[in-house]
Amino acid sequence: MSESPKQESPRRAIDRVRRAAAADLFSERELRKIIENVLRLAKSTGASETEVHVEEVAEALTRFANNAIHQNVAEQGLTVSIRTIVDGRTARATTNRLDEDSLHAAIDASLSLAHSQPKDPHLLPLPGKQRYRAINRFVKQTAAHTPEERARAVRRACDLAVKRGQNAAGIFACGQSQTAMGNSRGLFAAYRETHAEFSITVQEESAASWAKANAASVRDFDPQKLAERASEKAHLATNARELSPGRYTVILEPAAVLDLVGFLFYDFAATALADKRSCLNDRMGKPLFGKNITITDDVYHPLQLGAPFDGEGIPRERVLLVDRGIPKNLVYARTSAKAARKRPTGHGFVLPNEYGEAPMNLVFTGGNSSLEEMIASTDRGLLVTRLWYIREVDPYEKIMTGMTRDGLFLVEKGRVVSAVRNFRFNQSTLEMLRNVELLGPAVRATGEEAFEMVVPAMKVRDFQFSEVTKF
Amino acid sequence: MFVRAQNAPLFLVCAVVLGLLTAMWDLSTHALDIARLRGATYADVRGMHLRQRDLTTKNGQVGTLAQSESIGLGIRVLANGAWGFASTDRLTRDGVAACAAQAVVIAKASALAKRSEVVMVAEAAYVDSWQSAFRKDPFEIPLETQLALLLAVDAEMRRVKGVTLTETDLQFRKIDSWFASSIGSRIHQRKMISGCGIAATSFRHEEIQKRSYPNSFGGQHSLQGYELVESLDLLQHAPRVAEEAVALHSAEQCPQKTGTLILGASQLGLQIHESVGHPIELDRVLGQEANFAGTSFLTLDQLNKLRYGSDIVNVVADARVEHGPGLGTFAYDDEGVPAQCTDIIKDGQFRGYLSNRETAHLIGLKRSSGTMRTESWNRLPIIRMTNISLLPGTWAFDELIAGTDDAILMETNRSWSIDDRRYQFQFSTEIAWEIKGGKKARMLKNPSYSGITTEFWNSCDAICNAAAWTLWGTPNCGKGQPMQTMGTGHGASPARFQNVRIGAAFSKQ
Repeated sequence: MSESPKQESPRRAIDRVRRAAAADLFSERELRKIIENVLRLAKSTGASETEVHVEEVAEALTRFANNAIHQNVAEQGLTVSIRTIVDGRTARATTNRLDEDSLHAAIDASLSLAHSQPKDPHLLPLPGKQRYRAINRFVKQTAAHTPEERARAVRRACDLAVKRGQNAAGIFACGQSQTAMGNSRGLFAAYRETHAEFSITVQEESAASWAKANAASVRDFDPQKLAERASEKAHLATNARELSPGRYTVILEPAAVLDLVGFLFYDFAATALADKRSCLNDRMGKPLFGKNITITDDVYHPLQLGAPFDGEGIPRERVLLVDRGIPKNLVYARTSAKAARKRPTGHGFVLPNEYGEAPMNLVFTGGNSSLEEMIASTDRGLLVTRLWYIREVDPYEKIMTGMTRDGLFLVEKGRVVSAVRNFRFNQSTLEMLRNVELLGPAVRATGEEAFEMVVPAMKVRDFQFSEVTKF
Repeated sequence: MFVRAQNAPLFLVCAVVLGLLTAMWDLSTHALDIARLRGATYADVRGMHLRQRDLTTKNGQVGTLAQSESIGLGIRVLANGAWGFASTDRLTRDGVAACAAQAVVIAKASALAKRSEVVMVAEAAYVDSWQSAFRKDPFEIPLETQLALLLAVDAEMRRVKGVTLTETDLQFRKIDSWFASSIGSRIHQRKMISGCGIAATSFRHEEIQKRSYPNSFGGQHSLQGYELVESLDLLQHAPRVAEEAVALHSAEQCPQKTGTLILGASQLGLQIHESVGHPIELDRVLGQEANFAGTSFLTLDQLNKLRYGSDIVNVVADARVEHGPGLGTFAYDDEGVPAQCTDIIKDGQFRGYLSNRETAHLIGLKRSSGTMRTESWNRLPIIRMTNISLLPGTWAFDELIAGTDDAILMETNRSWSIDDRRYQFQFSTEIAWEIKGGKKARMLKNPSYSGITTEFWNSCDAICNAAAWTLWGTPNCGKGQPMQTMGTGHGASPARFQNVRIGAAFSKQ
């Protein structure tokens, strides 16, 4: 592989400088040209078929702590990932160098890897042209958001904390990304989106609370309102009392639901069932959750983000995963679909991989109970702001462990009466989704353990806490 | 300026000939010049070239077969007393100039929300080059040889009846980094990193059991070449791994009790990572990670006062080559500070933090402990673990077992979790054995243990000797926003702990 840096024409260099300053992404036409160039180069090297992915990001993130910005970063990058197929074998090579020598080297590396292995009897030819549903999730104002705008918003949030004798930490991030793919059978797909995120932890004495939002547009949330909410809850979280571990009725805010149930959905992959590593083995079509649990995977939902095609360029379909408590359908990549004699649902990962596919755009059917109504209806229980460091203890019963964090409150006789020291839980997610008593409206939620989903707050009985920590 | 005399290895000579080295220094110098002209009072630049190869098999078929490279440059600047960072893969003079200018713009924006000026402790400038030692370049070993090994191991595991899923993996990385700073440092480092692991899973009677070797979640990783893979003899261990996965279905459930616990070295390595390595990060202690990774119970008033563990507990943070080929071994950190060995716990007393030049100043230290590390050219260096190791004790492993009347021996991590201040933890492992009357007795399934960090380390009453000590590699430590994944090293030998809560993960209340 050549070790020289990228060679480019002066005109191209000038263009790059302009683009670097403005953080503009390549146009769809330019992406198509990159892909066509790789396909042309690959054709001359002996590859029977070739697939090309181009990913580009321009992201910026302002980080604050102790009521001041302490880290502030921006990145720009583009990668070209090439999968070749030759004689029933396939492999992938990826580079972020766009000069022709480097692209040639990546193609050669992909071919060399492909040649080194035995034939794969399950390898499918590449798919041809597909039709995609258009989704517009690119907001120019978000793409153009400046470090000064982020700094001013952070300053306002920090000033609020300072005024109240509190300590704020968090992030304000904005960015744009795009993905395009094409293959030697004429398939071409492209998608771009913007994203913005604000997250804040406010500490008061030894207590803390947290609020976070994430959307395609920076206009879809108000950082100051999130700061207000975290600040008020941090104040409520002081003077926490210690309770004994045990089973409690819990009111899980949407972020807590999201981070816990997020570990469940890799089990809805057809490949996971074929590998017998899914908790749904021997459980499909049988009542598994409460009748009030209905879940779909839907990239087209207005509160979702993500491309309308998968790693092989297959259009993503809306899939009903759980219908009134019964696991009904799985998601399929092309290979797992063929093995199961099903149609691919457009959920495959970039090949080659051993995991197959997964639903990535979960949407729960919510209810109509507000958080306030859930609290008012609770004789004794705990209100949970968020969960932390969640890991799987038992893969079949889906027992998860983790901690409560940043605001755990005791509810008695329909009202919040005090803050509570944080608990460790060991709770089966399957059991939890059988014990849901009330659901709130489904909202776009964001946490730290799972990808964003559209989920409701939930009131759940008999949630198991096993130990208590020191704060 | 301090210049360490060292003969340049052959590859460096070749790289110079090929121009990459020269080009990186030219671009770095240009970036520093632009940053200074735009108003930066300090700047450092990290150019990095990362190459990676991943090979996996599943159930006798090739899974992932991929190779990648990434090259780019990140620029960190101080302007108006605040930090800015920008990165680019546009490695032309114009591209780098735009990136440097952007970093200064960002720093000036940071200054709009600052409470004080950033000050760093002094550090000398260094001009040096270094590469990690390896005997066999994994990128030069034929792919056919590597895949043949994995497929043979996979086949051995599948020979065992009851195994429903077999997985193997190899991962190799070669990382070149060029560090240049406005105080005059110019440091080139090359690291060769290898990793491998195997796993067998068995699904039967509504239960999934799994065994891995030499460790779970990708196996063992270290700063070595292909010799790491050869030394682990995956083929020999494959049948045992598969047999144990199946046998676990018939094993008794690990009891719930408070009792004596012996941890295998790899599990103890992760225990060190979570309950010592993270809480000693000074950025956490000072609240800089409060929104994401959390804070730490090791507040500044605890230094040199807290009894962290029992008298036999000695933990160091050692990035030096002489500590071993760990994932936290290097010559310089990503802030241009030489590798060091810092006492963390000495004879049970809490003695030190992981610091950088900024946090060292904030707590009155004279020098950074050299722990700034970055995942890639597009990430800001942050405080990371180096090799956080429990120093060996005096017990031979056989003597430890023979000297234990009633205990549970747990091996190979299955899950891990700890609160955001690093007090309360819970781990589960793939397998356990009862120790009865000084002998290894029946196998136990679904083992777990939990506790409070300082109570746990103070209950340690036996640590095995250097013969049982391994420098484990944790390749997947996540921290920072945007998230960065970093490899950390953890030397450990099996150790014994008293009065530990066992089995809580599966309790039914």
